[in-house]
Amino acid sequence: MTLELFIQYLVAGITYGSIYAIVAIGFNIIYNTTGIINFAQGEFVMLGGMLSITLLQFMPITVAIALAVGLTMCIGAVIEIVFIRWLKNPSVLRMIIITIGISILIREAALHVWGDNVRALPYFIGNEITSIPVLGARVSPQVLWVIGTCSLMVLFLSLFFKMTSIGREMRACAANRTAAILCGIDTRNMVTLSFILSAGIGALAGAVMSPITYTQYDIGTGLAIKGFTVAILGGLGNSPGAVAAGLLLGVIEAFSVSMVPLAFQDAIAIAILLVILFVRPHGLFGSSAAAGLKEF
Amino acid sequence: MALLRVEKISKKFGGLQAVSDVSFALREGSIKAVIGPNGAGKTTLFNLISGVLPATSGEITFKGHALNGLRPYQVARLGIARTFQNIKMFAGMTALENVMVGRHVQSRSGFLASMFRLPGFLSEEREIRRKSMELLELLGIAEYADTEAMNLAFGQQRAVELARALALEPALLLLDEPAAGLNIYETAEIGRLITKIREMGITVLLVEHDMSLVMDISDEIVVLSFGQKIAEDIPQKIQRDPEVIRIYLGEEAAVPA
Repeated sequence: MTLELFIQYLVAGITYGSIYAIVAIGFNIIYNTTGIINFAQGEFVMLGGMLSITLLQFMPITVAIALAVGLTMCIGAVIEIVFIRWLKNPSVLRMIIITIGISILIREAALHVWGDNVRALPYFIGNEITSIPVLGARVSPQVLWVIGTCSLMVLFLSLFFKMTSIGREMRACAANRTAAILCGIDTRNMVTLSFILSAGIGALAGAVMSPITYTQYDIGTGLAIKGFTVAILGGLGNSPGAVAAGLLLGVIEAFSVSMVPLAFQDAIAIAILLVILFVRPHGLFGSSAAAGLKEF
Repeated sequence: MALLRVEKISKKFGGLQAVSDVSFALREGSIKAVIGPNGAGKTTLFNLISGVLPATSGEITFKGHALNGLRPYQVARLGIARTFQNIKMFAGMTALENVMVGRHVQSRSGFLASMFRLPGFLSEEREIRRKSMELLELLGIAEYADTEAMNLAFGQQRAVELARALALEPALLLLDEPAAGLNIYETAEIGRLITKIREMGITVLLVEHDMSLVMDISDEIVVLSFGQKIAEDIPQKIQRDPEVIRIYLGEEAAVPA
């Protein structure tokens, strides 16, 4: 393999990997405050892309994306308030089934609104054939947008959780719910906020990636599976782990193209998921003690 | 004036009467201890006051407000903080961060307001950090501020938990067995701390098994047995109360001669 080709694969891997990482972090944020996996996480990504494509007809692209992200955050809040908030001590299984139901609901609603056409936002800079040379390889500027946006989101989130009162309260709520409540924290608001945050980062990733990956009403399911694999691989609830695992999965997938047919690309993620669930269910970077804390 | 008034409070778990018709009042600025054998309903009483459990009947008033039906976080915001028999730290957070979480309630007007109040954000963050650091200094654990709380020794974790409760600036502090698992030096230290906390103007209600600590620091003692209040008096009189001696030492007839 030439160096150019190696870099080409590597950049493609990092691009997809950072999207997987964002989806996985979305899983983690909700998992940490509620103990459940929100299987509608992929739908937030789809909504971000679809809404900004529709809004683009009426306004400039930056406004359209911002509005689409805002709308998806509202949808996230509404989902939590309507379907989750009022439940009294629901079982984990019941909540997971609810999120699967929500995912189907959003997907079918999207099919009615947008049909089954494949859509995409235009490239933010240039077009499909614009490229920037990176160490001899040719890289689309949109790829840099995706990687840059995802990195900024990770940075923003870690600052948010570390440096702000609300962020620390969310971590407190995740670490010990009873103690958090008795410190005067309304944990129900923290759960709503976790849905808003997850929806927001998913939607932004969905909008930025759509020029290169395209989007359709049903892309959420596939992304949710990849994101779930990454979340498990990195250790559920562990966001730095999710970044590492996301990049790892993205790069493995990208290089697999040089060895196995393209059609097998998705099978690789699923195979990794199965192996991890059998061998290290607490993930590569998680500790089994931490995994045992949540009833699951 | 009574800061906290518990009136004919009862709690039933199925057929078990965990607390039955308990009444007492807590004078502002005093230290009151609740003692009694295991299973007497002491922790249940704490859970009723802090709103973790709803009472089956009876009423609890704090500063004249009825607490019945309030959620635990609302009770905490009214100014009742508590610590736990088995320490509940926020895992993955440093000692300082643990205390800062307790501080948040004091430093914000509302949920949305604090999300969008960017200008005052940095100075507020500094203020929270400064006040939390002061509390760690007060409890003598400032040097461990940046250590992850779960990695601290047991006694230090207890101090962090106490600092976190104080960060709420409570009017009433509920301490559930603050000396449990501590050695005699640490217990004496906790005793000094509780007295210091009272001097800060905070009323203290504690559950404790260590009798020397209870007798040393309490102004008044409530004795529970099988969910019922059997005595309430100053420590010197409780020590001589025949009923209290009977439940702690057993019936005279039961002791072999």
